[in-house]
Amino acid sequence: MNEFKVGLKDSIPIATGYFAVSFSFGILAVKSGLGIFLSSIISLTNVTSAGQFAGLGIIVAGGTVLEMILTQFIINLRYALMSLALSQKLSKDMKFWHRFVIAFANTDEVFAVAMQHQKSLTLKYMLGLQIPPIFGWTAGTFVGAFAGSILPASVCSALGVALYGMFIAIVVPVAKKSRPVMIVVLVSVALSCLFYYTPVLKNISTGLVIIICTIVAATVGAIFFPIYQGKKNPSSESASKDIEDDKSDYTDKEGK
Amino acid sequence: MVYVLIITMAVVTYLIRVIPLTLVRGEIKNKFLKNFLYYVPYACLTSMTFPAILYATNSIISALAGFVAAVVFALMNKSLLMVAAVACIAVFVVELFV
Repeated sequence: MNEFKVGLKDSIPIATGYFAVSFSFGILAVKSGLGIFLSSIISLTNVTSAGQFAGLGIIVAGGTVLEMILTQFIINLRYALMSLALSQKLSKDMKFWHRFVIAFANTDEVFAVAMQHQKSLTLKYMLGLQIPPIFGWTAGTFVGAFAGSILPASVCSALGVALYGMFIAIVVPVAKKSRPVMIVVLVSVALSCLFYYTPVLKNISTGLVIIICTIVAATVGAIFFPIYQGKKNPSSESASKDIEDDKSDYTDKEGK
Repeated sequence: MVYVLIITMAVVTYLIRVIPLTLVRGEIKNKFLKNFLYYVPYACLTSMTFPAILYATNSIISALAGFVAAVVFALMNKSLLMVAAVACIAVFVVELFV
C-alpha cells in the first residue's frame, strides 16, 4: 500500500470524529450571528477546536486584533511544541517547502497519530493523514451551521464528548503499556485539576494551563524516565531511537 | 472588521504551527529535549481532556458516564472512532434518565 493510502486509512477515524465535533462549532457560530459561509471559512482556515471557539467569542464581542492575536497565541501555543516534536520524525526525503504544507493541519489528533506511525513521515503520508480531517472539519461546520438548529439539544450534548473520546483513545492504550507514560499522564491530570479547581489559579486561561501542564508533566517524564540515554556515539543514539521507531527506520540509519 | 479578525486568527494559528517545523531542520541532539518531546503528546492531550470533559455536556453525571465509557473501551484498544462513539452514546443514554 502506498504511503498516501496508509495516511488516508489512518485519518478516516479522525475525519469522521471531526465531522461530528465541528457540528457544534457550526451551530454556535450561526447562533452568534456569523453566516454559514464565514463559519465554514473559519474551520477551513484554522482546523482547530479550542482556538476557533475562543476566536468566535472575540468576534462576537467585537474584540480587537491584538486581543485576537494574544488569545490565539496562548491557546494554540501547544502546536508549537507539537510541530517541534513532528520536525524530528520527518523523512529525509521531505523537501523544505513540504514543511509549509504539512504544518497547516497539524491538529492534536493528526499529530498524535503521526507520532505513533511506524515509519518516518513522508509528504504523501502526511497528505493522506491531513486532507480528510480538513474536509471533515469544514464539512461538519457547514452542515452544523446549515442544519444544526434541527438537532435536538440532547444530541448536541452527546457530541460534546466526541473530541475528548478521541484524545482518550490515543492516550490510554499507551499509558496501559508504558508505566512512564502512565505517570506523565497522572501528573498532567493532577496539575490540570489543580488549575481548574483552585481559587486563584482557575482564572488563568485554558491555553496557558495546557502549556504549563504539558511542560511540567513532560519534564517529569524526561527527567525520571528518559527513553534516549546519554551516550555519545551516533550509532547507539539511533539504536535508542529505535525504541519508539520501527526496525526499518533503524536499518535505514545503519545502512547509511 | 469581522474579516480582519478571521484572517488574523488563521494567520496566527498557521504561524505557530509552521515556525517550529521550518526553523528546526536537523535532528535535535539535546537528550533532555528529545525525551521531553517524546512525552509531549500524552501530557498535552491529557491536560486538555481532564477535567474539561466533565463539563462538556448538559450534566456532569452524563459526562462522567461518557468519560468512563471512553476509558474502558480505550483500555480494550478499540479504535479512535469506536471510543469516541461509545462516549457519545453513553452520554446520550444517561441523559435520557437524568
